[in-house]
Amino acid sequence: MLGFLQRPVVVTADINLNVVALTAVGLLSRLWQLAYPRAVVFDEVYYGQYISFYMKRIFFFDGSGPPFGHMLLALGGYLGGFDGNFLWNRIGAEYSTNVPVWSLRLLPALAGALSVPMAYQIVWELGFSHCAAVGAALLILIENALITQSRLMLLESALIFFNLLAVLSYLKFSNSQKHGPFSPSWWFWLVLTGVACACAVGIKYVGVFTYLLVLGVAAVHAWHLIGDQTLSNVRVLCHLLARAVALLVIPVLVYLLFFYVHLLVLCRSGPHDQIMSSAFQASLEGGLARITQGQPLEVAYGSQVTLKNAFGQPVPCWLHSHQSTYPVIYENGRGSSHQQQVTCYPFKDVNNWWIVKDPGRHQLVVNNPPRPVRHGDVVQLVHGMTTRLLNTHDVAAPLSPHSQEVSCYIDYNVSMPAQNLWRLDIVNRESDTDVWKTILSEVRFVHVNTSAILKLSGAPLPDWGFRQLEVVGEQLSRGYHGSTVWSVEEHRYGRSQEQKERELELHSPTQTDVSRNLSFMARFSELQWRMLTVRSDDSEHKYSSTPLDWVMLDTNIAYWLHPRTSAQIHLLGNIVIWASASLATLVYALLFIWYLFRRRRRVCDLPEDCWLRWALAGALCAGGWAVNYVPFFMMEKTLFLYHYLPALTFQILLLPVVLEHISDHLCRYGALAATPPWGYGSRGVLNGDSSVMQMGLGSQARLCRGSEDEANEGCRERKVADVHGRWGRPFGPGERQEQREGEGNVGRDPEQPVARGRTAWCMAEINQEAL
Amino acid sequence: MPPAVGGGLAGSELRPRRGRCGSQAARAVGPDVATEATARSPKRPAPSSRRFEAPGRWALLALVTLMSFATRFHRLDQPPHICWDETHFGKMGSYYINRTFFFDVHPPLGKMLIGLAGHLSGYDGTFLFQKPGDEYEHHSYLGMRGFCAFLGALLIPFAYLTVLELSQSLPAALLTAALLTFDTGCLTLSQYILLDPILMFFIMAAMLSMVKYNSCANRPFSAPWWLWLSLTGVNLAGALGVKFVGLFIILQVGWNTVSDLWHLFGDLSLSMVTVGKHLTARILCLIVLPLALYTATYAVHFMVLNRSGPGDGFFSSAFQARLSGNNLHNASIPEHLAYGSVITVKSARMAVGYLHSHGHLYPEGIGARQQQVTTYLHKDYNNLWIIKKHNTNSDPLDPSLPVEFVRHGDVIRLEHKETSRNLHSHYHEAPLTRKHYQVTGYGINGTGDSNDFWRIEVVNRKFGNRIKVLRSRIRLIHLVTGCVLGSSGKVLPKWGWEQLEVTCTPYLKETLNSIWNVEDHINPKLPNISLDVLQPSFPEIMLEAHMVMIRGNNGLKPKDNEFTSKPWHWPINYQGLRFSGINDTDFRVYLLGNPVVWWLNLLSIALYLLSGSIFAVALQRGARLPAEVEGLSQVLLQGGGQLLLGWMMHYFPFFLMGRILYFHHYFPAMLFSSMLTGLLWDILLRLCAWSLASFSLAGHVHTLGILSLLLGIAYSFYLFHPLAYGMVGPLAQDPRSPMAGLRWLESWDF
Repeated sequence: MLGFLQRPVVVTADINLNVVALTAVGLLSRLWQLAYPRAVVFDEVYYGQYISFYMKRIFFFDGSGPPFGHMLLALGGYLGGFDGNFLWNRIGAEYSTNVPVWSLRLLPALAGALSVPMAYQIVWELGFSHCAAVGAALLILIENALITQSRLMLLESALIFFNLLAVLSYLKFSNSQKHGPFSPSWWFWLVLTGVACACAVGIKYVGVFTYLLVLGVAAVHAWHLIGDQTLSNVRVLCHLLARAVALLVIPVLVYLLFFYVHLLVLCRSGPHDQIMSSAFQASLEGGLARITQGQPLEVAYGSQVTLKNAFGQPVPCWLHSHQSTYPVIYENGRGSSHQQQVTCYPFKDVNNWWIVKDPGRHQLVVNNPPRPVRHGDVVQLVHGMTTRLLNTHDVAAPLSPHSQEVSCYIDYNVSMPAQNLWRLDIVNRESDTDVWKTILSEVRFVHVNTSAILKLSGAPLPDWGFRQLEVVGEQLSRGYHGSTVWSVEEHRYGRSQEQKERELELHSPTQTDVSRNLSFMARFSELQWRMLTVRSDDSEHKYSSTPLDWVMLDTNIAYWLHPRTSAQIHLLGNIVIWASASLATLVYALLFIWYLFRRRRRVCDLPEDCWLRWALAGALCAGGWAVNYVPFFMMEKTLFLYHYLPALTFQILLLPVVLEHISDHLCRYGALAATPPWGYGSRGVLNGDSSVMQMGLGSQARLCRGSEDEANEGCRERKVADVHGRWGRPFGPGERQEQREGEGNVGRDPEQPVARGRTAWCMAEINQEAL
Repeated sequence: MPPAVGGGLAGSELRPRRGRCGSQAARAVGPDVATEATARSPKRPAPSSRRFEAPGRWALLALVTLMSFATRFHRLDQPPHICWDETHFGKMGSYYINRTFFFDVHPPLGKMLIGLAGHLSGYDGTFLFQKPGDEYEHHSYLGMRGFCAFLGALLIPFAYLTVLELSQSLPAALLTAALLTFDTGCLTLSQYILLDPILMFFIMAAMLSMVKYNSCANRPFSAPWWLWLSLTGVNLAGALGVKFVGLFIILQVGWNTVSDLWHLFGDLSLSMVTVGKHLTARILCLIVLPLALYTATYAVHFMVLNRSGPGDGFFSSAFQARLSGNNLHNASIPEHLAYGSVITVKSARMAVGYLHSHGHLYPEGIGARQQQVTTYLHKDYNNLWIIKKHNTNSDPLDPSLPVEFVRHGDVIRLEHKETSRNLHSHYHEAPLTRKHYQVTGYGINGTGDSNDFWRIEVVNRKFGNRIKVLRSRIRLIHLVTGCVLGSSGKVLPKWGWEQLEVTCTPYLKETLNSIWNVEDHINPKLPNISLDVLQPSFPEIMLEAHMVMIRGNNGLKPKDNEFTSKPWHWPINYQGLRFSGINDTDFRVYLLGNPVVWWLNLLSIALYLLSGSIFAVALQRGARLPAEVEGLSQVLLQGGGQLLLGWMMHYFPFFLMGRILYFHHYFPAMLFSSMLTGLLWDILLRLCAWSLASFSLAGHVHTLGILSLLLGIAYSFYLFHPLAYGMVGPLAQDPRSPMAGLRWLESWDF
């Protein structure tokens, strides 16, 4: 109980001054004069409007990425007390005094600043020296493209931060695997990996590539774990489950959480509502919800409705008709029925109202009690303002000659009978007797005579159709498609039998009081789906570039120009860093292939732990560069230089790694050329086959090939631990003294018998070929 | 070892290898395990049964081939009208017979073979192949259909042999053959004049030869080894020569070769020289040989098609000069541009056409009200422009003046010949592309202002060079605004006669939109040279043909609001394709996989992934498996792995494709998936039999299982065969229809 009285209270703190110093200079470089310029710089004009929406809690739709990044920026605004009142309309506009520029730019800047010590940590955790680690951090620190990007309200620095965090925490996790699996720190880093991955994906979809890379590395490590026969089956299972939960389940949950918060915050209707379905809009305050509140739920005979097409492309629109008729002869010489036009109209209009009529009766009002319309019922649709009936017949549609024309029927007495019966098909019904519901039901109208389906073709009609969108009857309906599905948006029970009164009624706004709440998952899946499928028109931009321009920095972006003083901000990298990082990647690739080929011929230039460290560094740094760069070649959107920055960060990390490797190993071989090689190996190292030696960097290569006498000694029984003993000695003047356990050789079993054959242990390690 | 499972047909999967080439399975197990297994196995196949084995195998192969040919050639002549894409590929076959030049997005080999088959079978190329449903009447079409059916029928023996080689098990091979023989989809696709049977033939042939040469790995550089290796190369060239989808099988063979070489490289008993020999052999047979053959098909293609035809407009001016009947053929025009030359300027982008102007103004409200400048696809007097010096208006054609050539970097003025207005641009937004500047015709009789000045530049040239007709790729840069003349490719509304918009783009990036070349060139003061000098060399033609094909393929985009087939529809057999007929009075053929086969395939992939990962984890955990199971697991992981890889290679890339997709794109993948099914069920049943070995009837589990699968598949084919062989009468909703009750999914429309 009172143990603390018997022993002195000791607090031991390990403070790595390197990290502290790096953090300090990182902060200094990113935060200095952060509020300058007090003007909208480049894409701030784009993200700023979303910050304003968050501040005003107005729903918006942005297809460019998930909401976490926008929310981070908005958090800065929230902390700075921004009220959202600023018109983000052009680059270079001066900020008004109510915009807290400093706090808006603070979070991206902090993310950029913290990337500096993280670079240090990553290189250190990869098993390289402090010197290399400091080098990596300094390179990140002085890379001006990263500085520029971090100091503005942009998302890249946060993306880079979480990418690095994911890699770093995975490394910490896998390094703690050896001494303390299932310890608190082990769990912490594992879970943090998953969370960081989710954050990266939540900022931009490209974060998914880093996530996949981490997953891939984790999978390889897990595979070695499975092969570790010292662990019991149950323990292996626990390991796998823990990884699955932390790296698969948690990221999904965190990602959903972003959307949950996003939808929770944005509860008011706004300018982008129309992209979403009626049901979604009804869940927002104001807007459609105000109109649709208090609407009767079940559509009945005599209901007045507006019908919205579910596809929403090219624009969301409502079924519409008006007095004008189809021209007798089209421009291309085909004829029409000359009946009243039916179109789809993207604006609210009194001509969007239709009345659901029972074909057997004449009345256009709702009975008391109302008779609901059910799936499979045959109805007529009466256009409210003209009281003509929706009709289709075997006449080619104006723009889609393979489909039927849809019209409001006018009897010209030309032996063209009215065909105005439609069977109601509720697509999302739960049973075959479902009632047609406002907003919730997705319905198709199947023409009784021709079995054509009412469909939005999406083609804009010529001038005679007022550029409204064409609606057709599609006879060969092939499966479900959004353009054939309609939903009731506004709805009320018709009260007036007289046409004059009815017109007045149609002009009056609908009444209102139940709000229909969609579940979170329904709202999430709709929003996510629309975000993924929305097509942005591919716009040219003066500063857009192609991925090939990036590697050698053949492009730049002018971010800002002061209108009077010509002060400027440009996004431009440090060419020395870019070129040398690219060179390092190339050198790495060549060296890696070289080592790999030589190992295949049983020539091990590197000791095993060194090789594993080298491979893991490559997988994460060169791999991180590749996965963040190569996919851009396949993207069709407009690309800019800043898209390359995440890839560049990983590439920069590789540079000190390669340099240290060269100075430790390759330069060492050069020095060794003067001294007899067998001074280093143990006995018999050079008894190898001469053909093997020919391919080496020189005969002084350390051959890890087993020799004859080893085989005689019973090579099969050699322990790998023995090998470690052999290579475990420090072997370079610049070698650091802390001999850390080889990274990645997770679960190597000292008791494991080595594979058969005279080339014994090297083969066993090659078979392990860990990252 | 299970006693004589497989009804005496199969024997043991671990039997010591026979014949010249050993089994891959046995090799995979490794010599130690194999000998161990044979030593431990209590029963060895009796010598007498072995004697009958070889003839038995041949008889089975013959039976499989016979069945396959019988099903493919049955009612081949029905329907006697054009079905579906026959209208394209039959037409292209005719083009070869008529030697007229055409353009298609696929490489030429498949259509050449169709043309050849037609030619040999007496088809004279006179049928028009206008639209699906047209009757063939007296034209001989059976030769072409027969050729495709022949190749389609060979798929089944190929699949049979491949599975036999991979699994060394006759029941597995038989099951595969049955799956493919009785699949209505494969059957339908093989019976018409299409590229797919030809493509699948080459894919399967490449796969078979690859597997065969893998089996010969223990006797490298022997005659059969060389044979199979080079056959693989030949078939790869064939597959790529028919459709670019052939690239996937090339990737698969490439992957196999790389891992094979990696294996050899790690084998220390081989000297580097031997490894080098191996590498060289593969480079020769798998890279050099296919490339040579592929190039040869193009050589033949361009040699055969030497007449002007519907494909001319897709190609550049220089290319068209090769085609007899084209107005550029044998034409002779001055080679270098000079001031005073009358020229036409063509956009380098496909299907954009010539720089054009006419005496109509831009309408009110759209930029400045000046004369329209557009691009126009057809040849016309309004396409003619005169090159003038920017600062003088004297007639350069005056014979007293010396000829002055236009050089790279010169500032010029382009005067429209018919209306005498200058090509002009200014800071007004273009009619459709709002970010670009408007281009107009301006000035009276050649007198305008400084906005008429353009700097002419040749792409990738130094200053001062002359500009060549046809060959030089030029850009026109507006001197005042610094923008580049380009075509946006957008169609103008009616006021612009639905010609294409021309703009001046301020974005100076080098795209095809802003690159032009001079096509016609009239200048009486210059000597004419024959265009033959300018004719592109064969590599240039190859390159251009590929560029045009790739662009054509990318251009096949699905339209909005159109129901299109998605890759995820395919394996579940969600929806078929109408080959012929819609209404109940028509002769209807519907391309749809036999649902029993397809859903079994789908199930098998899931089962394979499950059982494969169980075995892989067990091996990785170091579990000691009994010898029989070990052998089976090796076949499952190695042979099955290759097939699974084939399925993935031929399926997943479609998810990344932007072009419009159709159901029949899945069929190459379906072949691999059927082979996997055959291999998997054989192994699963053997495992069942092995685990039930203590029961007396265990030996029959395998036989019974295979037999019931075979019968079930055959019966489902009996049910669904009208889809392929054609049906007349009411649609499937009607109980009197032959297909009544068989419309298992709403989305099938037959």
